Amino acid sequence: MTDVHIAVGEADFDPAVQLARLEALGGGAVASFTGIVRGGDGLQAMQLDHYPAMTDAQIARIVDEAQGRWPLLGVVVIHRVGELRPGERIVFVGTASAHRAASLESCAFLIDWLKTSAPFWKKERFDDGRAEWVEARAEDDAARDRWG
Amino acid sequence: MVTLDILYFSWVREGVGKDGETIDHPGAEVTVSELIARLAERGEGYAQAFAQTDRVRAALDQQFVPLDTRLGQAKELALFPPVTGG
Repeated sequence: MTDVHIAVGEADFDPAVQLARLEALGGGAVASFTGIVRGGDGLQAMQLDHYPAMTDAQIARIVDEAQGRWPLLGVVVIHRVGELRPGERIVFVGTASAHRAASLESCAFLIDWLKTSAPFWKKERFDDGRAEWVEARAEDDAARDRWG
Repeated sequence: MVTLDILYFSWVREGVGKDGETIDHPGAEVTVSELIARLAERGEGYAQAFAQTDRVRAALDQQFVPLDTRLGQAKELALFPPVTGG
């Protein structure tokens, strides 16, 4: 039975708390990814929208897919929405397994799939007043597709 | 009367000018892309939002579907650009 924790909301999170949760599951390996709002080019803030009725269920489907591919003891996926500024955490993926390969690979799989297959949209606001929706990138689709 | 809830996200929402709307269900045999073509005739905002259908994605009852999917008995259709989370 995999311990699965999925959270979508405006609140920040503490990666250390999430890692401790995964470390307590008795496996030999915990891997994680934390996504941070990248500054530069005059970026003032990023607005993250999502499709509330679908988001949790879609992330659960992606986690199910990972569980089918690797023997996982635990999975944590946290995705923030709302307004986020450079340096703030956006997303956390953590996995626990008996051995390192399963935890590292499933963690990479989950973030690649989250970027391309979960209903979130980013809008960037710049200090010169411009506001633009982020375009989907072909590299992200390619990163997902390498998992077959 | 059977109805269909339509939800719009991201720049599709901004183009159309609303979060969503409820319409009379166009029929189970109608595809998502056929419905998009009809929506595009509703006015300038719609026409602009759906000008490039290769940039529009869809979900029926909270499941991603290709645009040639028939509406079937779905109760909720969401229209949006390719996702950019993570």
